[in-house]
Amino acid sequence: MSHLPSFSPAYPEIFMAISALVLLMLGVFRAKDSTNLTTWLTVGVMAVTAGLAITGTHDSLTFSNLFVVNGFTVFAKVLTLLGAGLTLLLINSWAHEQKVARFELPILVLFATLGMMLMISANDLIALYLGLELQSLSLYVLAAYHRDNQRATEAGVKYFVLGALASGLLLYGSSLVYGFAGTTTFGGLAAAIKSGPNTLGVIVGVVFVISGLAFKVSAVPFHMWTPDVYEGAPTPITAFFSIAPKIAGLCLFLRVLVGPFESMIEQWQQVMILISILSMAWGSIAAIAQKSIKRLMAYSSIGHVGYALIGLVVGNEEGARGLLVYLLIYLLMNVGTFAVILSMRVKGQYVEQISDLAGLAKSRPGMAMALAALMFSMAGIPPLAGFLGKYFIFVAAVNAGFVALAIVGLLASVIGAYYYLRLIKIMYFDEPAAAFDPPGLTAGIIMAASSVLMVVLFVVPAPLVNSAEAAAKALFLG
Amino acid sequence: MIIASLAFYLFSIMAVIGALNVIFQRNPVHSVLWLIFTFFNAAGLFVLLGAEFVAMILVVVYVGAVAVLFLFVVMMLDINVIMIREGFLKYLPVGAVIGVILLVELAIVFGGWTMAPDAKGFRVLPTPDMSRISNTEALGRVMYTDYAYLFQASGLVLLVAMIGAIVLTMRRRPGVRKQSIAEQVNRDAKDTVTLVHVESGKGLS
Repeated sequence: MSHLPSFSPAYPEIFMAISALVLLMLGVFRAKDSTNLTTWLTVGVMAVTAGLAITGTHDSLTFSNLFVVNGFTVFAKVLTLLGAGLTLLLINSWAHEQKVARFELPILVLFATLGMMLMISANDLIALYLGLELQSLSLYVLAAYHRDNQRATEAGVKYFVLGALASGLLLYGSSLVYGFAGTTTFGGLAAAIKSGPNTLGVIVGVVFVISGLAFKVSAVPFHMWTPDVYEGAPTPITAFFSIAPKIAGLCLFLRVLVGPFESMIEQWQQVMILISILSMAWGSIAAIAQKSIKRLMAYSSIGHVGYALIGLVVGNEEGARGLLVYLLIYLLMNVGTFAVILSMRVKGQYVEQISDLAGLAKSRPGMAMALAALMFSMAGIPPLAGFLGKYFIFVAAVNAGFVALAIVGLLASVIGAYYYLRLIKIMYFDEPAAAFDPPGLTAGIIMAASSVLMVVLFVVPAPLVNSAEAAAKALFLG
Repeated sequence: MIIASLAFYLFSIMAVIGALNVIFQRNPVHSVLWLIFTFFNAAGLFVLLGAEFVAMILVVVYVGAVAVLFLFVVMMLDINVIMIREGFLKYLPVGAVIGVILLVELAIVFGGWTMAPDAKGFRVLPTPDMSRISNTEALGRVMYTDYAYLFQASGLVLLVAMIGAIVLTMRRRPGVRKQSIAEQVNRDAKDTVTLVHVESGKGLS
C-alpha cells in the first residue's frame, strides 16, 4: 500500500536510540561495573550524533510529516548535545566519587537527550508530547537517582507530580486545539488557524499549551518546582537540568509559537510578555535572599529563561537569532559555574552554601578567577560573552518596538547583577572559610575553558552570530 | 434507538456513581473495586460510540492489568485513610472554588465551540467506512504505517519507565540465599555422595 518513509533525516535520532539500547545491553551483561565505559561511550555517541546532525540532510519532512529537519533544528540539536555531553562528564566524576556509579546513569542521560532531540524535531502535537515525555520521565528518575538521599527522593517525587500536572495541561490544551483544527500536524494547524476566526476554544487551548511548555522551561508563574528540585537533586544532575532541557524546551517553544500558532501572534504575545517579565523580575528578586548556591542557580536560570523568552516574544528572525546566541552563551556559563560548584569540597565533603565561598581568592585563586569571570558574564557585564547574549536579545526587542520590555529586562539585569557581584565580593573580600580541595581534572578543564570562552566569544562573536542567523533564517523559511 | 439512549444513560449514570464512590469510600480496596466498575461502564460507552476496539482495550488493559496492579499496591501499602482525610475540610473551600471556576470556564469554552471552517479538509486521517473495515483494522493500518514513528517513540518512553523503576528500586543485597534451580538440577550424585567402605568394628574415623 505505502512505501517506507525516508529514514535519512532521522539518522542522528535512530543512531542514538540504537546505541542507547546497545549500551544498555552492554551494561546489563557485563559483569564488572561499566559506568565509566558506558559514560565515555555515551559521550562518543553524542559526538557522533552531533556529527550526523551537522552533515546529514537538511530541510526535509519525514514519517508522514511528523518529523522535521532544518537548519534551526540542527543548530538546536547540536547545542543540546553539547550541553548534555559536557554535563555528563561532570556527572561521571561525581558518581565515582560518591560511590553511586551505576551504568544506567549515562544511559538515562542519553534517553533524556534523545527525548530532547525528538522534541526539537517534532512537527506534530503528538510527536511533541512523546518527545517531551521521554525527556521528562528520564529527568524524574535522574532527580531521584541518589535514592538513599532523602532530599533527592523528595526532589524526584515533587518533580514527578508537578511535571505530570504540566503534561496534563499540555495535553488538555492540545486536545482543545485538535478539536478546533481537526489535525495535529503543525502545517495543518497553521493553515486551520489562519483560515478562520480564532474562537475562545482555540485560544484557551493555546494558552494551556503555553502553560505546559512554560512549566517545562520553568518560567514564572510555573517555576515553583525549580528551586526545590535543583536543591534536592544531586549537583551534577542539577547542572544537567539547568542546561540541556532548557535549551531544547526553549527551541521547541519557539518552533511551536512561530509555526502552527503563527497567525495567533497577537493572542500569545501578550501571554509571553507577561511570562517573560515575571520570570526576569522574580528570577532577580528572589535570588537575593538565597543562601544555598544551588537555589541561587535555580533562580538565576529562571531569570535567564525570562531574558531568552524576550527573543520568543519578538517572534521574528532577529529574535530567534538572539535566542540561539543567548542559549549557547547560557550553556557555557552554566556548565562552567556548575563545574565550580562541584569543586566546592572541603575534605571530601560537598558544601553548597554561598558563605563557604568566602575568601576563595586566597585559597584557590584560579577557581575564584574562573567563577568571577562567569559571574560577571551572567550579570551581563562587557567584555564578557554574557553581555552579547543580552545585547542581541534587547536589540531585537527594541527593533520590533518592544521598548518597554527591553527596559524591564535591563532593570532586572541590574537587580540580578547585585547577587552575582555579591558572590564575587564574598570570594575576594570576606574572611576566608575552610579551603577547598583541589578541583578534579574534568571540572578544572571545564571551568577554565568556559571562562576563557566567555572572553573569546566576546572578542570574536562573528562565527556564532552568523551560524545562529542562518539557523534563524531556516526556521522562518519552512 | 430508544434502547441505545437508555443504555447510554444507564452507563453514564453508573460511571458517575462509580467515580463518586472511588473518592468517597473509606476503604481503599473498595475504591479500587469501584474504579473497576467505572472502567466497565466507560467501556460500555465506547461500545455505544462504535469504538469496540478501544472498549475491549479498556477492559483488557485497565481492568485486567492496571486496576489489578492498583489492588495489589493498595493491599500491600498500609494506608491510613483517616490520616489522608485530615486536611479534607480545611482544603475543601479552596478546592471547591477552583473546581467551580474550572467548570464555568469549561462551560464557556464548550458553549461557544466552533471548529475551523475547513477543519474537515485538514483531517489527516478521516474515519474509514465502518461497514467495510473493522475498528481494529482501521487503527492498525494507521498505527503501523503513518504513525510508526510515534509507535516507536512510545516504546522508548515505556523502556525508560522500566529502566527508571529498576534504577530506583532494585537492590542487590549480599548474603541472600536464593534458590538456583539450574544448580539443583545439575547436581550429580557423584559430586555429593561418596560411598565409604567401613570395616566392621572400627567405625568412621
